[in-house]
Amino acid sequence: MRLDVIFRVAVKIMVPFILMFALYVQFHGDFGPGGGFQAGVIAAAMVILYAIIFGLETAKRLVPPRLVEMMIPLGVLIYAGVGVACMLMGGNYLDYSVLAHDPAHGQEYGILLVETGVLITVAGTMTAIFYALAGRGR
Amino acid sequence: MVLLTLMAIITIGVVRVRSLFAVVILGGIYSFLMASVMIVLDAVDVAMTEASVGAGISTVLMLGALYLTKTEEAAPTHTPFVPLFVAAGTAAALIYATVDLPSFGLADNPIHTHVAPRYLDYSVEETGVPNVVTSVLASYRGFDTLGEATVIFTAGIGVLLLLKGRRRIKPGPKRRRIRR
Repeated sequence: MRLDVIFRVAVKIMVPFILMFALYVQFHGDFGPGGGFQAGVIAAAMVILYAIIFGLETAKRLVPPRLVEMMIPLGVLIYAGVGVACMLMGGNYLDYSVLAHDPAHGQEYGILLVETGVLITVAGTMTAIFYALAGRGR
Repeated sequence: MVLLTLMAIITIGVVRVRSLFAVVILGGIYSFLMASVMIVLDAVDVAMTEASVGAGISTVLMLGALYLTKTEEAAPTHTPFVPLFVAAGTAAALIYATVDLPSFGLADNPIHTHVAPRYLDYSVEETGVPNVVTSVLASYRGFDTLGEATVIFTAGIGVLLLLKGRRRIKPGPKRRRIRR
């Protein structure tokens, strides 16, 4: 992995675009295909690509393992927390209509938050599994 | 049909080839073909997932696992007749079940007459989200998706426990972190 200049330059250019595409898939999921799961996997694939080309340690400095491990429960917490918030605001569990004045707007906010939770959990899990597997042989 | 034929050829290749590296790569190709089939069936979301998880991440994880083990498949220690019988029996049962299925894509199939029309008619005014797939997944079936997120969480924690737990035996600076 020392002399592969082309890979290094190409990946350096590609990484921001892959991250951008993940965010596009996430936030454009209301209109086109996509959503939290796909976006999370794409974001994790970005980290994995970076780790393959620049080495595991560089990637761990970019995305620390502790952060990744915290993302796994955080996403589920956000999702379940949205449900609890709905209950506190007078609705049923995960009934987003009460989150805003207009039921449709509430649904939109709820879906956005929930998808963010899925994104965080999926990206964290995939990256954490890769870190654990790739760090074993050393 | 072409895609399905290619998938069958790749399956035979996976069974025949002894080199595990080639098997992993063939598995990635299989996933990409599956994603193409999903695009043909107009299920772009599933195609996206299949391409990124099946062909992307699981191939990388398999290669990572391969790095830690041998790259040649061990010679089988048993005769293939019992697995062959089980596989043929399952295939026969599945093919028998497909005979009763309604023909593909008809508008009055049971799946299109139950809740799907309601979702298609009301989801935009009820949720304000034009993509029905998203509104069904995250709102109407929110509990299911919460369950899915929990499944991913549980699987991730389980794999991390399995993969990182062994480190405790090795002495080193990592030890303190694991204990916490």
